[in-house]
Amino acid sequence: MAEAMAGTPAPPHRSRRMVVATCAIAAAVCALFLFTGLRGNIGFVLGLRLSQLIGLVQVAVSIAISTVVFQTITGNRILSPSIMGLDALYLFCQTALVFAMGGFGYATLPPSWKFFGEVALMMAFSTVLFLPMLRRRTDMMLMILTGFVLGFLFRSLSALIARLIDPNAFAVLQGASFASFQSFDDRLLVVGGVLTACGTLFAWRVRHVLDVIALGRDAAIGLGLDWNRWVTGLLLLVAALVATSTALAGPLAFLGLLVVALAERLCASQRHGILLPVAAGVAIVVLVGAQTMARMGFGSAVVVSVIVEFMGGFVFLAILFARRRG
Amino acid sequence: MGGRAASMRLVAGALISLLVLTLCSLFVGVSVLDPRHLIADPDAMNLMLASRVPRTLAILLAGSGLAIAGLVMQTMARNRFVEPSTAGTMQGAALGILLVTIFVPDASVLAKAAIATLTALGTTSVFLALAQRLPPTQPFLMPLFGLVYGGVIGAGVTYIAWQTDLLQLIEVWLNGEFSGVLRGRYELLWITAICVALAWYVADRLTIMSLGREASVGLGVDYTRMLQLGLVIVSGVSALTVVVVGAIPFVGLVVPALVSRIAGDNLRSTIPLVGLIGTLLVLACDIAGRLLRYPYEIPVGTVLGVVGAFAFLVILHARPRHG
Repeated sequence: MAEAMAGTPAPPHRSRRMVVATCAIAAAVCALFLFTGLRGNIGFVLGLRLSQLIGLVQVAVSIAISTVVFQTITGNRILSPSIMGLDALYLFCQTALVFAMGGFGYATLPPSWKFFGEVALMMAFSTVLFLPMLRRRTDMMLMILTGFVLGFLFRSLSALIARLIDPNAFAVLQGASFASFQSFDDRLLVVGGVLTACGTLFAWRVRHVLDVIALGRDAAIGLGLDWNRWVTGLLLLVAALVATSTALAGPLAFLGLLVVALAERLCASQRHGILLPVAAGVAIVVLVGAQTMARMGFGSAVVVSVIVEFMGGFVFLAILFARRRG
Repeated sequence: MGGRAASMRLVAGALISLLVLTLCSLFVGVSVLDPRHLIADPDAMNLMLASRVPRTLAILLAGSGLAIAGLVMQTMARNRFVEPSTAGTMQGAALGILLVTIFVPDASVLAKAAIATLTALGTTSVFLALAQRLPPTQPFLMPLFGLVYGGVIGAGVTYIAWQTDLLQLIEVWLNGEFSGVLRGRYELLWITAICVALAWYVADRLTIMSLGREASVGLGVDYTRMLQLGLVIVSGVSALTVVVVGAIPFVGLVVPALVSRIAGDNLRSTIPLVGLIGTLLVLACDIAGRLLRYPYEIPVGTVLGVVGAFAFLVILHARPRHG
């Protein structure tokens, strides 16, 4: 671990091999998910599983990419968008939209419009809330605590608004506020897929800029980067990706943190060209693997997701305390 | 200086507001109650005595109790940003109630309260023991740790409740609400008054405790004993509130922080003020919850979640001017 933390660059071929290995394992897990225990009408089952798999991969990739980017722009490796209350913010945007339009208006709106409305609202809110904090270079602990309380505030606000709207509209909402991987809305899958793909591509294109931003604000500005503009843009990217994963699977508190911490240990490199694909691969392995295990009889799906969240929580505390000593 | 004059003005203002809000609380509700007919109409009088008076009393008891419990907690932890709902105390109480409900379904409310107090005592002791090892140079680490710790216990409680089909019941305890308070169903809350009296009795020793273990022992205060007493006060008040009305967040955090900025940290003089303002806060939020979507009610826990979290953010980011 010591050599990983010291920032000595790992030999490039080792890192590249790690990318290939992670992607291979991720592909293997996906195949396992698709083809184990096939019974009955194989075509139908495969179709169902494929749509489930696409949903899971989308969620995994958007969580991994958004967490890596968010950690880079905030300049530390303990934050994740959901720790800063971003997925609670998404739920709040959803509730606010239902409140503004009424349950009927909301339910009759095409899902993709709804989704884009929520994403836009979310982008606006997250820039207003987090940009000042990033600019002011708030103390890290204070920032995390603020994120926690913001998350609480948004959840309470959602609950408050949920009480103000009528029960039918509330039922529309309720399905959205728990994490679930059982079924994905097909239309949402397409829209979310496009958004995730564009976001991932963008993050990949700007991976060298991310490397520069990771050096810190002063160094980045010194190297000629328009810090404000880049960080605003990247924050918008994070907001869109979080919105996608939350819309598809509901809030997942610690998964992003767990995945990125694992990926960092694995690839021993801070370069985003390596970190982004490895994190995405690890996320796929964890999420799809957990679902495969759940289906093969190691406890129900809910149990597995609880276990993943618990592990993430412990990783959070471990990093928190390790950082303090270091 | 000028703390004394400021706090006197604050007390006067708070007392007047308390009077006004108490009257509001007595006459705001789904059934319309006309003050002029109160004496003549036996139904109105019955409504008043069976529902409105108990409800208002429960708010007074819970509000002051929680605010003072928060103050005691902050004194013990020597950190301004912790309180029973963010340090695992309330979650511990909910765990206790859940366990009693599962294993002894027909236990009396008193037994439930006793078990809940014990489990709350356990979880809070663990929190304090761990929290005291955190470095005092990082004041935000402790509330952070408390939030995750409380979150883990809360997730465990939700999970057990989900497995045993008690999720709806647990919602009742995790989100405080005064609408169920009737004569005969809130009297347990009077025990919080005893806890508050106890805190007032040992106020000077608690103030010394906030100087730390060495200083307290040097000044002749039995630190360990006081810690135990403080734990009992905090856990007792929290558990009773959770059993009778459900968890109410942030009262114990926001109110002591506010009062300490105006009136300082001598508990002998701040305890009454903290209790008074805590009552006012809960009373105002409960009346707001009754009026926001009249004739339906919004639980006070939800209203306070919004108001309290917002106030917490302000406290975190607005540094006091006098450093």
